[in-house]
Amino acid sequence: MCLRCLKYLPGMGRVLAGFAGLCLAIALSGCEREQRAFPQPADAKLMPQTLRQSELQPGQPAQPVGRGEHLPPPDYQAKYENNAYAVSQGRRLYRWFNCNGCHANGGGDIGPPLMDDRWIYGGEPADIYTSILHGRPNGMPSFAGHITEDQLWQIVAYVRSMSGQLRIDTAPSRSDNLQPAEPESRRERQDMRQSAPPKEHS
Amino acid sequence: MQKHNAHQPLDQAAQLEQTWRDPPGLPGWFAAINHKSIGKRFIYTTFLFFFLGVAIAGVMRLQLAVPQNSLIGPDLYNQLFTMHGSTMMFLFAVPVMQAMAVYFVPLMIGARSIAFPRLNAFAYWVYLFGGLMLYGAFLLNTGPDAGWFGYVPLAGADYSPGKRVDFWAQMITFTELSALLEAVILITTVFKLRAPGMSLNRIPLFVWSMLVTSFMVVFAMPAVMLGSTALLLDRLVGTHFYNPAEGGDALLWQHLFWFFGHPEVYLIFIPGLGFLSSIIATFARRPIYGYPAMVLSLITTGFLSFGLWVHHMFATNLPELGKSFFTAASMMIAIPSAVQIYCWIATLWTGRLNLKTPLLFALAFFFILVLGGMTGLMLASVPLDLQVHDTYFVVAHLHYVLLGGAIFPLFGAVYYWFPKLTGRLLDERLGRLQFWLFFIGFNVTFFPMHQLGIQGMPRRIYAYAAETGWGPLNFIASCGTLLIVASLACFLANILRSRRSGMAAGDNPWGAGTLEWATASPPPAANFIRLPVVHGQEPLWDMQRHLSEHGQIPSPSYVEGVAANFRQVLATTPLDACPDSRPQFPEPSYWPFLCALATTGLFIGSIFTPWAVVWGSLPVACAMIAWFWPRHVDRVTHAEQEYRSDGA
Amino acid sequence: MVALMAWENPSPADAALPTAAHNALAPAGPQAAHIAGLWYLIVGVCGIVFTLVLLAVLYAIWRAPRATETTPAALHDDNPRIRRSVVWAVIVSTALLILLTVASIATDRVLAGLSLTDAIHIDITAHQWWWEARYDDAQPSNRFTTANEIHIPVGKPVILTLKSDDVIHSLWVPNLAGKKDLIPGRTATLTLQADREGDYRGQCAEFCGYQHSYMAFLLRADVPARYQAWLEAQRQPAAQSAAALESRGRQVFLGGNCAMCHAIEGTGAGGRHGPDLTHLASRESIAAGTLANTPENLARWISDPQAIKPGANMPPTDLPPDDLQALVAYLSSLP
Repeated sequence: MCLRCLKYLPGMGRVLAGFAGLCLAIALSGCEREQRAFPQPADAKLMPQTLRQSELQPGQPAQPVGRGEHLPPPDYQAKYENNAYAVSQGRRLYRWFNCNGCHANGGGDIGPPLMDDRWIYGGEPADIYTSILHGRPNGMPSFAGHITEDQLWQIVAYVRSMSGQLRIDTAPSRSDNLQPAEPESRRERQDMRQSAPPKEHS
Repeated sequence: MQKHNAHQPLDQAAQLEQTWRDPPGLPGWFAAINHKSIGKRFIYTTFLFFFLGVAIAGVMRLQLAVPQNSLIGPDLYNQLFTMHGSTMMFLFAVPVMQAMAVYFVPLMIGARSIAFPRLNAFAYWVYLFGGLMLYGAFLLNTGPDAGWFGYVPLAGADYSPGKRVDFWAQMITFTELSALLEAVILITTVFKLRAPGMSLNRIPLFVWSMLVTSFMVVFAMPAVMLGSTALLLDRLVGTHFYNPAEGGDALLWQHLFWFFGHPEVYLIFIPGLGFLSSIIATFARRPIYGYPAMVLSLITTGFLSFGLWVHHMFATNLPELGKSFFTAASMMIAIPSAVQIYCWIATLWTGRLNLKTPLLFALAFFFILVLGGMTGLMLASVPLDLQVHDTYFVVAHLHYVLLGGAIFPLFGAVYYWFPKLTGRLLDERLGRLQFWLFFIGFNVTFFPMHQLGIQGMPRRIYAYAAETGWGPLNFIASCGTLLIVASLACFLANILRSRRSGMAAGDNPWGAGTLEWATASPPPAANFIRLPVVHGQEPLWDMQRHLSEHGQIPSPSYVEGVAANFRQVLATTPLDACPDSRPQFPEPSYWPFLCALATTGLFIGSIFTPWAVVWGSLPVACAMIAWFWPRHVDRVTHAEQEYRSDGA
Repeated sequence: MVALMAWENPSPADAALPTAAHNALAPAGPQAAHIAGLWYLIVGVCGIVFTLVLLAVLYAIWRAPRATETTPAALHDDNPRIRRSVVWAVIVSTALLILLTVASIATDRVLAGLSLTDAIHIDITAHQWWWEARYDDAQPSNRFTTANEIHIPVGKPVILTLKSDDVIHSLWVPNLAGKKDLIPGRTATLTLQADREGDYRGQCAEFCGYQHSYMAFLLRADVPARYQAWLEAQRQPAAQSAAALESRGRQVFLGGNCAMCHAIEGTGAGGRHGPDLTHLASRESIAAGTLANTPENLARWISDPQAIKPGANMPPTDLPPDDLQALVAYLSSLP
């Protein structure tokens, strides 16, 4: 009975070509996802502090001060957000450098939550990078001079995975800790919106 | 129903061929269900994976040949050793035994076909796609890198990001599904399709070994499928089977894995024992000494092998008393093996030896496996195991056991049965050359590893410092690998040359006594033109003896009344093999292939999203419905068929 | 994949690592000695049985007449002598197996019965890919943490409490005792004792990721006096050199990224994700037994650790040569 299918072969050819193309696309994204790029000395730059915190205020224009010079490198997507190893390293550093001390596992504690759709200082990679590098008023310390650029972008990629910004096949799955929420790879993608600055505590 | 008749109508052979052969051409290739076509493909595929596994091992030995080698880094090396172990265990060692059984068990029990022939084809396709998926992933730098044992938490999401381990875990689903199906098929074949007269105490020992193996598969494989599915769930949807922080347990994986993993060693070893019994009987010109003891030993080994798994976990903090129990069980499993070895020695002792290549491989078993068994006793002892566990001593041990217990017999079996597969004999001189290269190469490669383990070299390391002093022995081991590669080149050359221009074999080139040699080489599509009736353990020898003592062959000698114009087989009773019924077997079909494709889509999709299980099951269901859809030819009533066959 | 094959040479060590024994059959303590005794018993019994089996096979091959494919098969020869031999062989094998089982279980009991009076307690935590050792003491100020080098006194039992910070590791010092797994979520103990002074090499035995190969440590068994002196030294906070170069190195350490993961007692650095460096200069090797502890190796390791241990969690640090030299000088001044 399947012999009869053979006469549809020309049409099937196109379907097969499409299928092959899809496979190729999956394969290429697989390559990017699975690369293990261990940091080389070129990645070791320690980023110095170039701004004062008082210049970093919430609700700034779309191109905030300092953001321009912290735009992600051209291979940022391939090297960080689409690379499962880099994101997972970001998660490790998030714990090691005590980000969870204030932001908990993304739900927020004395620091703002990172897994929702509100971004006081912007949720683009450059914004998050700036926040980590220079710190923010009201308690976010500056990590300038203490972590390498490579590590910083890894943390940025991980922080973005917390609100579901990454592909589900690169975002980390559950960790071996207590689980406060769905693993990053299972989270709904949050549409980012700039949030009003936090109320001053009086 | 059964009577002796020398004047078989010639056209019956042609008719049977027409009824039982697979459809011709490329499209027919996908619809093939004859157990010999599937068995051959299965064997070729498993050997393809074997050669890939050896190639990977060669690269690993190259890396380890000198200290601090910079040929490959840890990322690639971890993928390589995981691929080597997974290939050899999941894609070669267990499947190749089942593949040999798919081809030979129906022939050895005098059946027209294997049971559930379409399921058999499906099992092959599923296995093939699983293997291709793993290697496809490997070529895309998504090769698994957490070891063939995949211990959590290293194999968990936290420490193995990406999809590497998922592909590995899903490969297990593929191969174990295939193995389970084959086990069901083989058990049914052995219990229901034996030639009349082949009561349980007359089954060839190889068939016994496959029967025991199949039962073990049925009980062992679900454990690892459960384990790997739980691992996939942990990684994909965030369950907590293996997360201690949320009430899971990292050791749970080890229990599930080794509850399968230890019987798996015997899944590989027991068919090897079956090969040996076939080869030794034929080349010592006498039946195996102590048949009942041999059978009981096989069954005992099968049972005991489920009581040893903890000896892979002696270094974990389990209660001491429990460990002592597993020590005792691990020691005791040597008894049935010893019984078999002594029976074989008795066979050789009292036989007349035809020293051909298959027997050489069988004899090497006595050196290699017995040595591996002795080191196995050391691993069974808790204190000694704690010293040598996870060192190169274990690498040496497991290669001695698995190559000595399975691969040497397997090579012997290939030399023994190649004429039945192709109608031509393998070259004897190349065979001897291959044997000696392999035997020497094997020992040069693996014997020094015992000493390396004692000297503290752990397994699974991609490099080692020069100051450890492990360099020279590793270099020797790597040199031995060259001999193994040369030996396999001889093997390949021999196969390729003899397939075309080997000596024509005839039906029974070795003068053997079991039923597969009663038919042509290679056998016709229906296996036997006249279904044989069996009167003893070694039917062909019994027939000769009867002929020389009584001047005639025992009567009845074949079955009549099984139709030739459609796929009718003779089913017999499980114990005494009395004729029972004449079921009709299915026609060739594309649907097993398409169903396997759909299953593959479901399995691969569910690496990435759980929704693939939902949507992927639709094509699988469609393919299965089409597979089991009653066809016109099936609706012809039994009576009509009887009538037509009588008319013919 | 191809790109991955172009690794830098992982470890062209300039200075040789210190030699440390690692051989399961050269026991330096009672635990390993009992195991070695059992080893010789089993090797002896198995060797004899193996030889006999081989001789039987060879003799069978030698004595059996030759045949061809056409030789008629012999179907009936139930030789009672052969049957008796097989039965006796099985009986003797079973008896020997029982003997080995009893010997094994007895050895196990002896190992478990090591007297633990006055035992030293050390908490070992395995990390990817190094070892943390915490020396316990009733006096909190006497507790201290070190890494990749464990010192014990000769002749005294030691209780190692084993934990893992990440994946499963296995602690193994072949000359002293068998191995024990360190499993996350579980605590295990390993008891051992060294009777002979010396340096013993230990290594992780359970596959634990990229740098499983280079996850070694040194276990030094010292006479009690020297051990006590070492303890006293380790309990002190880090030395404070007044020299300009060293103080500058200290600034580099505290102001850069080192202190994010490493601790040096007596300074502000309190990171616990990398080895404690308070007395780094007192150790024989760095990078978990991978490189000899020399200033050149330290500089190499700090500036490009991934060339030596690819995949390790230590990032490369890009320092100006002066700063690097100062940092190395500071670390080398921490006895």
